[in-house]
Formats: sequence, structure tokens, C-alpha cells
Amino acid sequence: MPRPGFAPRWAAAAGRWGRRLLALLLLLLAPGPGGASEITFELPDNAKQCFYEDIVQGTKCTLEFQVITGGHYDVDCRLEDPDGKVLYKEMKKQYDSFTFTASKNGTYKFCFSNEFSTFTHKTVYFDFQVGEDPPLFPSENRVSALTQMESACVSIHEALKSVIDYQTHFRLREAQGRSRAEDLNTRVAYWSVGEALILLVVSIGQVFLLKSFFSDKRTTTTRVGS
Amino acid sequence: MWRPLLLFVALCAAGTRGLYFHIGETEKRCFIEEIPDETMVIGNYRTQMWDKQKEAFLPSTPGLGMHVEVKDPDGKVVLSRQYGSEGRFTFTSHTPGEHQICLHSNSTRMALFAGGKLRVHLDIQVGEHANNYPEIAAKDKLTELQLRARQLLDQVEQIQKEQDYQRYREERFRLTSESTNQRVLWWSIAQTVILILTGIWQMRHLKSFFEAKKLV
Repeated sequence: MPRPGFAPRWAAAAGRWGRRLLALLLLLLAPGPGGASEITFELPDNAKQCFYEDIVQGTKCTLEFQVITGGHYDVDCRLEDPDGKVLYKEMKKQYDSFTFTASKNGTYKFCFSNEFSTFTHKTVYFDFQVGEDPPLFPSENRVSALTQMESACVSIHEALKSVIDYQTHFRLREAQGRSRAEDLNTRVAYWSVGEALILLVVSIGQVFLLKSFFSDKRTTTTRVGS
Repeated sequence: MWRPLLLFVALCAAGTRGLYFHIGETEKRCFIEEIPDETMVIGNYRTQMWDKQKEAFLPSTPGLGMHVEVKDPDGKVVLSRQYGSEGRFTFTSHTPGEHQICLHSNSTRMALFAGGKLRVHLDIQVGEHANNYPEIAAKDKLTELQLRARQLLDQVEQIQKEQDYQRYREERFRLTSESTNQRVLWWSIAQTVILILTGIWQMRHLKSFFEAKKLV
């Protein structure tokens, strides 16, 4: 029991510890601005597009990207930390996944570049996962244990999330295959018609050229056979 | 120790949505969402303008507008609206396929904007992620377990819709492949026939030419 004389010092100490406890509580209970951003965008030729995100130190992040349509289906990707240090750099990649833990607070930047391509524009999909997904109940008291039903629900939820993730990847690969098939279809059409025309023109041209070799040099007009 | 914590709390308080990018004055940025039908998409954005004097982005700029245009897979415009500097747009797809969401600013304050750039925070949630569960729980008065079950039901529904869409896409892919197959087949036959016919014509024509020239 503190004596009256000590009350102000004790109160000050209590105040300090109270603030620290509050800070600790905030850090534990309030999740980081977590979540995932899944975006598909078009990258024109000779272009570079950058995205930024403010990340708190210690958060586990994953960047996954895939090129869906365009050219050789590859793109340059580069991920930098707030100090400009390059964490990940790959040239001409079709698909990759990179996980890292944020070593410092600040703005992380990742860029996709199509500068090596002269006329094909690409469609790029990326999924940037920062931290954990926000919980279902914002005011959830994490200290209490989940019942068996609730833990079953949580594990089913996680399993379904991975099913949806696989479905997304499958859809992207299928889109890639379908885009190639449609390209092939149009190319076959144009080249077939083109080749048939060239064939006709060359055959008829050959005959007339050959006839011109045997033409009478004395006469000015060449006799064109029936 | 305090500064990162304060920054973190400030970030949460400011409601900073995760991802952002920079956009030029009249630049149009388009995003593609390939979704099955009857799927809801919610997009949230927030813009900040670059202030040349302060060399920083202003926290919020009134009077700055963003035009949002959404097109369905057939190219028809589903949504075309002007929102303020901070806005939220929603649409539901009625045909499965690639929907295009385009954003561009039409700021009237060109003087301030000259040579500047705009920072756009964007967050697009599709299908099950678009649901606001605390709101649903409050509206339908669900217990925790019922809410979890509802979330699982929504997820499974999304998976089913995606699979239906997959079947539709696979059919399109199959039609394209069969069309390519048919084209290759018929055009190869046609080219062979043309080759044979022109060969025969060439020989007959030259023969009659040489006979007329009395060379054979």
C-alpha cells in the first residue's frame, strides 16, 4: 500500500506503464493494415508501371505475379525496400512468387517493366499479400480459445481460400492458353489465304516470264499464247 | 520505439488503404477483372495531389474528381460516373468474362496540377471478399458460429460460380481449337488442289506455246 507521500511518483510510474501496456495491447490486438491486393492490368509496350505500399516492420509479405497475354508472356519485375535496396529483381519472367519479411517501416515499391518489348503490350496479374487477412470479428478477443466448431470453421475457411487461390491460377493459365489458341486461329486464317494467293500469282507469273524468254527478238511485240 | 508505433497508429487512423500508384494528369489507368456472372465487385479509391511547394502529397484535396468507367466483356458500358477525390464504386456482373475498370482524373485545377502527379490508393474486392461480415452479422443478428458458416457458404458459392465460368471458357477454347483444326484441314486441301491445277495449266499452256513456236 503506497504511502501518501509516494502517491505522485507511483501515479506517474503507473501512468507510464499504463501507456506502455496500452501500446502493447494495441500492437497485439489491432492487426496491421493487412490484406491482399489482386490486380490485373495492361502494360503497354516500352512502359513501366510501379505500385507502392506502406508496410510495417516485421510483416510477412508475398508478391506473386503472372503474365497472361502478350508476346512471349514475360515481364521484368523489381521490388525495392524504403531505402531503395533491391530485394527482388528478375528479367523476363513469366510467373514467380516472392516472400519476404519487411525489415523496416516505410514504403515498399514494386515495378513491372515491358521496356524490352517494342510493340507487344502485356496483361499482367499480381497478388500482393501483406500480413494476415483481417479477422472476421474486429472486436474479437483473441485471448479466448476457439471452440471445436469454430476451429473447424477456421480450418475449412483456410482450405477454401487455397481452393480459390488454385482456381485463380488455373484460370490465368487457361486464359494464357486460350489467348495463344485464338492467336493461332487468326494467324492460320491469314497465312492460308496469303499463301494461296502467292501460289496463284507465282505460278501464273512464272509461265508468262518463261514465255517472254522465248519471245521473238525481231518483232517488237511479244506474242502472247492463247 | 514510439515513432514507428505512432506512424502505425496514424496509418490505421488515416484509413490508408494498402496499395497505391501514381497517375499523370490526363492519364487513364485500366484494370481488368475476369469474373463469373452475378458477382459483386466493390472498388474503393482515395486520391492525393502532389503539392510542389511543400514537396509532399496533400492529405486530401477537395474538388479533385475521378471518372470511373466499367465495361463488360462485350464492350458495353456498365458504369460511368464521376466521383469525388475519395469514392467507392460498386457493380455486379451480368455476363461472365473480362470486365474493364478504367480510372482517369478530370481535374479542373490544371494550374496546380501542371507537371504534377496524382497518388491514387486503390482497393478492389471481388465476390466473397466484398462482403462486410460485421455488417451482415448486425443486420441478420447472427451468432459467431452462424457468421462463420455464412462466410463458408459464400466462399463455396464463389467456387461454384468460378467452376461454371470455367466450363463456359473451356467450351470457347474447344470451339477455337476446333475452328483452327478445320481451317488447317480445308486450307491445306485447297492449297494442294491449287498447286496441282496450276501445275497442269502451266504444262499445257507451255506445251501449246512451244508447239506454236515450232520448238517441239
